[in-house]
Amino acid sequence: MSIYPDRTSTLPDDQRIVMTAVGLASPNGPNLESYREALLAGRSGVRNYNIRYVGDTHAGVCEFEGTKYQNRRDARRGTRAGTVGIWSASEAIARSGLDWANVDKSRVGIYIGITEHGNVETENEIYSISQFNYDTTVWSHHHNPRTVANNPAGEIALNLGITGPHYTIGAACAAGNAGIIQGVQMLRLGECDLAIAGGVSESIHTFGIFASFKSQGALASHGDPTKASRPFDKDRSGIVVAEGGCLYILERLSDAKKRSANIIAEIVSYAINTDATDFVLPNPERQAQCVRLALARGGLNPEQIQIVSTHATGTTSGDNQECEALRQVFSGVPGVRFNNTKSFIGHTMGAAGALELAGNLPSFQDGVCHATINVDNLDPACALDGLVINQPQELGRIDYILNNSFGMLGINSVLVVRRF
Amino acid sequence: MTAAEIRNEILDILSDIAPDEDLSGLDDSKSFREQMELDSMDFLDIVMELRKRHRVQIPEEDYGNLASMHLTVTYLEPKMRDIVAA
Repeated sequence: MSIYPDRTSTLPDDQRIVMTAVGLASPNGPNLESYREALLAGRSGVRNYNIRYVGDTHAGVCEFEGTKYQNRRDARRGTRAGTVGIWSASEAIARSGLDWANVDKSRVGIYIGITEHGNVETENEIYSISQFNYDTTVWSHHHNPRTVANNPAGEIALNLGITGPHYTIGAACAAGNAGIIQGVQMLRLGECDLAIAGGVSESIHTFGIFASFKSQGALASHGDPTKASRPFDKDRSGIVVAEGGCLYILERLSDAKKRSANIIAEIVSYAINTDATDFVLPNPERQAQCVRLALARGGLNPEQIQIVSTHATGTTSGDNQECEALRQVFSGVPGVRFNNTKSFIGHTMGAAGALELAGNLPSFQDGVCHATINVDNLDPACALDGLVINQPQELGRIDYILNNSFGMLGINSVLVVRRF
Repeated sequence: MTAAEIRNEILDILSDIAPDEDLSGLDDSKSFREQMELDSMDFLDIVMELRKRHRVQIPEEDYGNLASMHLTVTYLEPKMRDIVAA
């Protein structure tokens, strides 16, 4: 009999889905240990950055040893999202304890959340032909395989010889959670026996995303790049675009137990819904509804959640609306803490949901809730009881983490995980 | 460009396409595919780079002339004779 008062723990083991490893590339660390260490130390991964046409700005840039898992020929032929994905997937496999050589690759599924894909490669080609008086005969034959929407997942499959299903899930900035949710569903349906799931982003290599946020008045700017991403702070100026990747090995609990796998968390519940109210502005009613739906599906009360990993991006509207949604669900609930990872790494777009959750998972072991940094002048509209600002907080035993991830066109996603 | 200069140019293009390959012992008389891991997309890269760098157009029916270094240089010599090496 489980000690956990949630609905998932009453399911048979072949319907319970656990995370047995994570591989990641974050702007402030190329693996979970260095990333977590940076989060607890308050170290930002945002730096000054220059991109074609837009010029000087800020971005979260990842550094990792790409050639460890991918040869330079394939890296040149593929995309940055593919390279980030290959790194993240390979790191996850290396950390999973799986006897990978003997894993049936036809039973492995790859489910990768993306905010967008193809802008980088299309911009590059247009720039290239602009140097040739727009002669399309110099347009690369690599453009189509680079820009098909399944590209990042397909590159992982090619690299690792995986012959099960592979595809991406386009879900704006809710995509990291959506990729994980897809993996959970496919495992429960028996479509695969092992899922590589999460999200990736190469968005810092497209000038269009910077230019569009700038035109929207939503691109962050600060004299010190490490202070540019400042959700909940009155002096915030917008979003810091970042690249990144975060992929989990998901398995049925029955399979994980069979191989005595190290289980880092169990996925207790999830929900995805839609605002249906605006292209970009969030709707706190629908966000709150999404959180409540995730809690209800898991048979959970708000009182059982210890950490809420917020989505807040550093825009006034987005931050305030999410806080309004969280008040609707958690007002008066003692013990719940709220934090924000984008304050450290910027907005890793398609990777955000998965990566921000990963930064919080070590809380199950160390009992610490990492902070939200750069809150020097807290916006009263964001003054949630339990908001952890500037210094991490020791909470003791942590059992449940709720992870928010929202996106344009009103997509909301919530994932709840618990210690195992 | 002389035959030697064309050969150097092709080597430069190949080192971009296949940066992990050791080209120092390339046998000009043997096909590229016998000596390197190259597929049809890589051959298109050679065609594309020649087009971009030197405006040399290679029709599809002539792609067979790019099978080895010797064949490639022989095929390109008349096309690149008037190009001045950088």
